Amino acid sequence: MSDVPEGWELICGLEVHCELATTTKLFCGCRNRFGDDANTNVCPVCLGLPGSLPVLNGEAVEYAMKLGRALNCTVNASVFARKNYFYPDMPRDFQVTQFDRPTNTMGYLDLPAGKRIGVTRAHIEEDTGKTSHAGGDGRIHGAEYSLVDYNRAGVPLVEIVSEPDIRSADEAKAYVDELRKIVLAIGVSDAKMEEGSMRVDANVSVRPAGSTEFRTRCEIKNINSLSSIERAIRYEANRHIGLYDAGERPHQETRHWDEENQRTRAGRSKENSDDYRYFPEPDLLPLEPSAADIARIDASLPLLPAARRGRLADVATVSAERAGLIVDRGQDEFAFRAIGAGADPARVLVHIEQNLKDGFGAMGIDEFVRLVAMETENKLSATQTKQVLAELVAAGGSPEEVAKARGFEAMQSSDLAAIVDKIIAENPDDWQRFVAADDKDANKIYGFFAGLVMKATQGKADGKAVREIFMQRRA
Amino acid sequence: MTIGSAFDIAAQVRAGTRSARAVVDECLAAVDAREGDVHAFNLVLADQARAAADAIDARVANGEDPGPLAGVPVALKDNLCTRGLPTTCSSRILEGWRPPYDASVVQRIVAAGGIVVGKTNLDEFAMGSSTENSAFGPTRNPHDLSKVPGGSSGGSAAAVAAGFAALALGSDTGGSIRQPAALCGVVGVKPTYGLVSRYGLIAFASSLDQIGPFAANVRDAALLLEVIAGHDEMDSTSIPQASPSLVDVLDDGVDGLRVGIIEELSGEGIAPDVLAQLHAAATALEKAGAIVETASVPATIYGLSAYYLIAPAEASSNLARYDGVRYGNRVDGASTTEMMEATRTAGFGAEVKRRIMLGTYALSAGYYDAYYGKAQRVRTLIIRDFARAYERFDVLLCPTSPTTAFALGAKTADPLTMYLNDVCTIPSNLAGQPAMSVPFGVGDDGMPIGVQVLAPLQGEATMFRVAAVLEAAQKVGDHV
Repeated sequence: MSDVPEGWELICGLEVHCELATTTKLFCGCRNRFGDDANTNVCPVCLGLPGSLPVLNGEAVEYAMKLGRALNCTVNASVFARKNYFYPDMPRDFQVTQFDRPTNTMGYLDLPAGKRIGVTRAHIEEDTGKTSHAGGDGRIHGAEYSLVDYNRAGVPLVEIVSEPDIRSADEAKAYVDELRKIVLAIGVSDAKMEEGSMRVDANVSVRPAGSTEFRTRCEIKNINSLSSIERAIRYEANRHIGLYDAGERPHQETRHWDEENQRTRAGRSKENSDDYRYFPEPDLLPLEPSAADIARIDASLPLLPAARRGRLADVATVSAERAGLIVDRGQDEFAFRAIGAGADPARVLVHIEQNLKDGFGAMGIDEFVRLVAMETENKLSATQTKQVLAELVAAGGSPEEVAKARGFEAMQSSDLAAIVDKIIAENPDDWQRFVAADDKDANKIYGFFAGLVMKATQGKADGKAVREIFMQRRA
Repeated sequence: MTIGSAFDIAAQVRAGTRSARAVVDECLAAVDAREGDVHAFNLVLADQARAAADAIDARVANGEDPGPLAGVPVALKDNLCTRGLPTTCSSRILEGWRPPYDASVVQRIVAAGGIVVGKTNLDEFAMGSSTENSAFGPTRNPHDLSKVPGGSSGGSAAAVAAGFAALALGSDTGGSIRQPAALCGVVGVKPTYGLVSRYGLIAFASSLDQIGPFAANVRDAALLLEVIAGHDEMDSTSIPQASPSLVDVLDDGVDGLRVGIIEELSGEGIAPDVLAQLHAAATALEKAGAIVETASVPATIYGLSAYYLIAPAEASSNLARYDGVRYGNRVDGASTTEMMEATRTAGFGAEVKRRIMLGTYALSAGYYDAYYGKAQRVRTLIIRDFARAYERFDVLLCPTSPTTAFALGAKTADPLTMYLNDVCTIPSNLAGQPAMSVPFGVGDDGMPIGVQVLAPLQGEATMFRVAAVLEAAQKVGDHV
């Protein structure tokens, strides 16, 4: 589905805020925990009380650099800056962030489909408190009174800013999805959009297809789920096109995604553009990571989702989508090792995708590898394999013993042929119809014969082998 | 009328030959007698001080050593947070606020056996040079009640000069310890930036603020600085290295020390009687074996201009938090924004508003490079010029204040004239370097004069040696 009418191109860049899952806040020892009673994780520092001073949390810096490196960024010497504006949920009425010297710059993220999206920067900043407005429409304007919970104030964030490289709502979603997977893989955030630990703002504009200009963009905030990213961007792009078609043009502004009405709405218009009066934060020292620090960070990074998908694709003929599913479930390492130990890649993937959705349970890799071998050597039928597999997952043990205990003996093909011939002889009318039928009808009738064989062999027969014998007899 | 040196008090209290309670009672008697005239304090903690003194005496009786400040009465500038006690910055906007924590320096003083006797008056948020910008009325100079005590730590300087306390703490952003020390005839020290933790000091300009001691003599100042100096993990700008030993070096003399008189700060704009004492001080150092020459630190002449961009810029951000949302005064309004505006309009005095506006402007888009950015480059030049001077000299010398104490009201109408008071003290704040004011002689009006000793980063030990020689040459001790 195309997002915009023919002749137009959608341009999008994303700003993603990720709350870091550190034990404590960015500048004090208060717990960094979602869902606690309001204003219980607060102290003079994160309340911004007069006289208090920030002390940087080394774990947060570590996490931020990890994220930067996972996004292929350069890690720089960086400087914290104050962003000054008045808002009741900001304890000091300025936010400590990074301005002209961010920690991470010039990275990129490869979408699973292959496209590379530039990452302009990924900088460290502090979160604000959370305001709830009572009365009015739930916004500060027109509210009767407001309550502020400062538990979130000072929680460490990394803001990841992409280049305007995104060309469709689908790509935007894929970018956020992939970013989320990376963040989860390196363990720096729980990245829950519904709890606000991952928040996405989209900068959207449009231009005539083929043009290289960048037109006025609008920043869409309040996008609360992965699925609303697509709808918000699509809506906004078409709103711009509507304005251009009507001879008007959009104004650069911040807009809010209205989930209920599936549209974006202008924020309260500001007479003047924001002037945040950034200046270097004098209470903090510049961050100067050494080459050794960066090397240590690099060494600590696990294999990232893209590499894991690639690794799986290298050892098994598998689509990016299927590999992605297994990686998302975190089962790729198991699959990779099983294949590495000699198990048939196709069977490994089928079992993991279909029969091991809930995990490997008590089954070890070695046992799985032996089971797959028994299957591919036709010692077990597909059905038997599945049953043994289920038992290994539930209770462990060796596949050989489980198969034996169940009486799953290998069916000799001569035995199987004898059974097939007996069934043909017992059902002459059906056999005649089967032989005479075209391929489509034959398939239906085959189901009847296969059922009889499975019944006669108590499910021990290998379906593939049975079919082969029937087809030979029919030809 | 002073209660004696802090050093002696502590020695006597530790030896059990004088009770801390008696010391505190003497102090409070002095307060009773003259505080009505001087108004050094925003808050006198009489009951608390007596109780603390009794506790010290009990510990001594118990055979314990309460520490190097045992029983010594200390006054705190009212921009230092004291747990559960009003901390106002002499501003209406903080009226009624009681911090839930003690500043690190307060913890250290109490842990050393010191007794907090009160919170002293200051120019609102430490912005001023006369303590006339206090929302609670001015402090007067104990040497002449018609004169200002200097500022912004005027209350602390006056408290020591009047014998209300043996020691006091102030904060110095552009001269706010040294200038009132000079005007009140006491010793005042601005340590190296980072030597003393700022945790719990209510910020004016974070990159310039530094806490330091007031004392009646050089040794007492060294004693207090030793107690409050040292690394604090609550302040990221705190120096990690061990702090210098000061009391032990006071008798080391200045033989062979190279002393430079800063020519840019010892000429135009400095009153003749102040210059006369500066040269007398130089002569005294020469007599003691120092080599005194003229030094040039050219960029210092731009210090005042750079300071009045950097300090207000940082202040405009530091003072944003006083918005009525969480603590202090609140003036209601129809919306949050109106409430914030009404609160700040009513809560801040004129000088504070002036500096917030200056600073806001200096940081504005389109003006940042021309103002704040350029001021920071001047700061770099000043640091460079000091570094060059310190290749030739161990310490530098200049006046602390261009004049002796002036009359109340004399400079309130013209902010720029008031700002010029700090022309000699500001460069050390911009460079982050230590400097101290030592009383040296009196002016034509009989009012005290201070000579300023400057040293390179962490050069406190040398600085104190010079101060001790100047003091010895003076027989300082009989204030007021």
